[in-house]
Amino acid sequence: MDRLVIRFCGDSGDGMQLAGGQFSLQSAILGNDIATFPDFPAEIRAPRGSTFGVSAFQVQFAATDVLTPGDQVHVLVAMNPAGLKTNLDDVEPRGVIIVNDDEFNRVNLRRCGYPDDYDPRDDPALRMRYQFFPVSMSRLTREALAESGLGARDMDRCRNMFALGVVSFLYDRPLEPVIRWIEASFGGKRGRPELAEANVRVLRAGFHFAETAEIMPPRVTVAPAPRQPGRYRQISGNEALAIGLVTAAHKAGAGLFYAGYPITPASDLLHALARLPHLGVITFQAEDEISAVCAAIGASFTGKIAVTGSSGPGITLKSEAIGLAVMYELPLVIVDVQRAGPSTGMPTKMEQADLLLAMFGRAAESPVAVIAAAGPADCFDMAIEAVRLAVHGMCPVMLLSDAGVANGAEPWRIPDPADIAPIPVVHPGPRAADAPPFKPYARDPESLARPWAVPGTPGLEHRLGGLEKQDISGAVSYDPDNHDRMVRLRAEKISRLATRLPPVEVTGPATGDVLLLGWGGTYGTIHTAGEVLRAEGHAVATAHLRHLNPFPLNLESVLRSYARVIVPEVNQGQLALLLRARFLIDVESVTETRGRMFTIESLVNRVRGAGIRSTPDRSRTP
Amino acid sequence: MTAGNLPVLTPADFTTDQEVRWCPGCGDYAVLTAVRRVFASLPHRREDHVVVSGIGCAARFPYYLETYGMHTIHGRAPAFATGVKLSRPDLHVTLISGDGDLLSIGGNQTIHMMRRNVDVTVLLCNNRIYGLTKGQTSPTSELGMQTKSTPGGSVDAPINPLALALGAGCTFVARSIDVDVKHLSGMITHGADHRGTAFIEIYQDCNIFNHGVWFYASQKETRPDHIVELHHGRPLLFGRENQRAIALRHGRLVEVDASADDVLLHDERSLGLAWLLAGMKSPDLPEPIGILYREPDRPTCEDLVHARIRAARPASQDAVGGATSDALVPDAAGCRALFAEGATWSVEPEPRRS
Ligand code: SF4
Repeated sequence: MDRLVIRFCGDSGDGMQLAGGQFSLQSAILGNDIATFPDFPAEIRAPRGSTFGVSAFQVQFAATDVLTPGDQVHVLVAMNPAGLKTNLDDVEPRGVIIVNDDEFNRVNLRRCGYPDDYDPRDDPALRMRYQFFPVSMSRLTREALAESGLGARDMDRCRNMFALGVVSFLYDRPLEPVIRWIEASFGGKRGRPELAEANVRVLRAGFHFAETAEIMPPRVTVAPAPRQPGRYRQISGNEALAIGLVTAAHKAGAGLFYAGYPITPASDLLHALARLPHLGVITFQAEDEISAVCAAIGASFTGKIAVTGSSGPGITLKSEAIGLAVMYELPLVIVDVQRAGPSTGMPTKMEQADLLLAMFGRAAESPVAVIAAAGPADCFDMAIEAVRLAVHGMCPVMLLSDAGVANGAEPWRIPDPADIAPIPVVHPGPRAADAPPFKPYARDPESLARPWAVPGTPGLEHRLGGLEKQDISGAVSYDPDNHDRMVRLRAEKISRLATRLPPVEVTGPATGDVLLLGWGGTYGTIHTAGEVLRAEGHAVATAHLRHLNPFPLNLESVLRSYARVIVPEVNQGQLALLLRARFLIDVESVTETRGRMFTIESLVNRVRGAGIRSTPDRSRTP
Repeated sequence: MTAGNLPVLTPADFTTDQEVRWCPGCGDYAVLTAVRRVFASLPHRREDHVVVSGIGCAARFPYYLETYGMHTIHGRAPAFATGVKLSRPDLHVTLISGDGDLLSIGGNQTIHMMRRNVDVTVLLCNNRIYGLTKGQTSPTSELGMQTKSTPGGSVDAPINPLALALGAGCTFVARSIDVDVKHLSGMITHGADHRGTAFIEIYQDCNIFNHGVWFYASQKETRPDHIVELHHGRPLLFGRENQRAIALRHGRLVEVDASADDVLLHDERSLGLAWLLAGMKSPDLPEPIGILYREPDRPTCEDLVHARIRAARPASQDAVGGATSDALVPDAAGCRALFAEGATWSVEPEPRRS
């Protein structure tokens, strides 16, 4: 076997994220490539046994490169009927389904809406379609802990470790990393060694059960994927953002200031940075989204690498202040971990529908740079890129991630900070009393950036404000010609960043029938779909945009090298709209907004059949 | 805060080349005079001052003060000031704005800066009206006040700025009057010396849209009967000859003769007394000016943040400070350790393949 997709599902309290996360880590340590997809409800503890309270974690592990968590599930571990019911459709025909038999009682079956005389385990149609392996996980867990002295509640909370033990045996994963993790989490500070012991005992019990019980599916191994030599770790998108921002501050020789307000799915960025006072990181949990961005701008004024992060609803609240940062011409990074909307929408679900918000969601002509991470590990590079562009252009930079990228994880080759290019920061020094007056809006002739003079520097006292600035002097000005010039200068400054961007790279034929062009978190799906189509003999190329404003300089010539440009997006055609407006190229928009990534299969089907091509015309969008 | 050989500064050193654009007779002129005077007398270098404002007439202040300054967006000045102060605790930050800015649109930012006790001196120019937008009722306007936006009279009761500050946990709460430049300068000086959020409400006359609203408190003829000046440890006396006084009887503040033997002594360290004083309202009682409340020992927000950082920093990373070098730069060793957190594994140059 060269790849396998496994999904753990159960109640939100069943510890599925944990089991899935540990399984991913075991696989990564074994040398497999992995891609994960945690899928959980916004409610912390939805009613037990309900379908809307189901929490799932999917991981694809492979002997080759994988870029997505996988379309179809090969192995489903369902801890209760609700988990089975909501996830069954994603399991491939003849796929393996391991269920916790003890939870399939009348009450639970009814809770998830099955009729009184129905049990999916006895459904002949399902038994034909899938391979069912019922295991009494609840009972076996309690038996394993009979001597432990733990209460029933604590015992039941170890069930996820039984499930993990079972699949660890079936897919030949070592237990040691999990045991180390358990001991670190329950030992030490939290000081519940009895729980550590119980979890380890149950994990082993599950492993040995699968080894000895002859009812289980045959054991399968997936060999390590060939990788560039080096040291690796598993990294999620939000972790990578945090680490990238710290690294950027290191390379810029400045302190990092991060201000945020709790919001799903961006809060983990605040959490990750709040742990780093030893690196000089200042985190500020503000009273609201507005305060967070304003405090970051205040920090930027003093020379910090200033960052605020949120998700769509929070970003809209920050709009006015981002407009001010455009006027101030101070570096500022705004991270938008997008989620499905509008409004509160589906807070834990993936969508990439804030592109136009990032581009235009402010009053008047207020251009900012916009970039997007292509996957979890790419968040590290894009965080550094965001800071680099912000400092170079003295401008706000919107960095787009999404719920899938933020929570998904993949192996990351640990870089050496010394190999990362420095981020040059210049603060003008003191001015002598008899020198000509300081000009806060004089510009660098190449980048058009203004000087970043920070408080405490003698002779550079100056006032920033939201009122229009006189070019060069920075004094308040209502002069019509000056306003026109400043509007153009601010826009030109952003477009000139393009000269610093790497060109768009194309995978596949350099010219031909079809280019699949994506941006953000769809990279893995689109890239893999392209491989599938090429393997079938189609002249299909793929390309991915990480820079959305400005676009890379070669983008137009790339687009004009193909008869058709198809733009798949998890929104209603936002990049397609920009490309059409910018290049007058009739790109075809393929869209889906289901709160999750489209599958490789659905994308391949859409591209295969010219008949199902769609356009930005909403009425024709399937 | 800086020490050592400070240059001698005068109010003129804090004057910019910008023409001051308030209406003739605006109370903000007097406040500007007081601020320049106080800045010249403070033990800070000019380049260490940052003046932050929101939106409104009073928010134009930064343009007229030769310091670092930020004229920001409506209501959010406290958040900008917090960002500055958390980043650079050595800077001296003054926030000047109006009642609409700080108490209405920016109410949330104001109370949270106060509860955090960020070391910022706040001058709230209270003219009880929206001036810059041409005369709508503000959060401190009287109930029933008729303006263009409330032709039938305002139905919203006014906010009590001092009580709001006390409720938010502000550690320095004071009040002064625009035309009393001497008293005002004293308050601003005390506020600047205070470590923590110092909140000073200034009765400010808007000559155009709300002229005379504070005359009972600011004019020679009426002031003695309507204002009681607070001095720590001294009795609360008022009236032309200090013949009247304030006493606490049956849980209420009452007006008594100065000869009464239960005249209240002011204690600026008493939060309970401050609450009572904040509730004094003309014409029932004279209104207090001076320092209602001062709590000098509570750590500031930036103290706590930086103490935590200092405690966590390796000894080799001690502050180097200064304007352009940042003491809080993450170092390469720290980055490397962060990269390698959690479980890691190696892929050897020639991978073992089975
Ligand atoms: S409108 Fe009122 S507050 Fe504003 S500048 Fe004129 S007098 Fe002063």
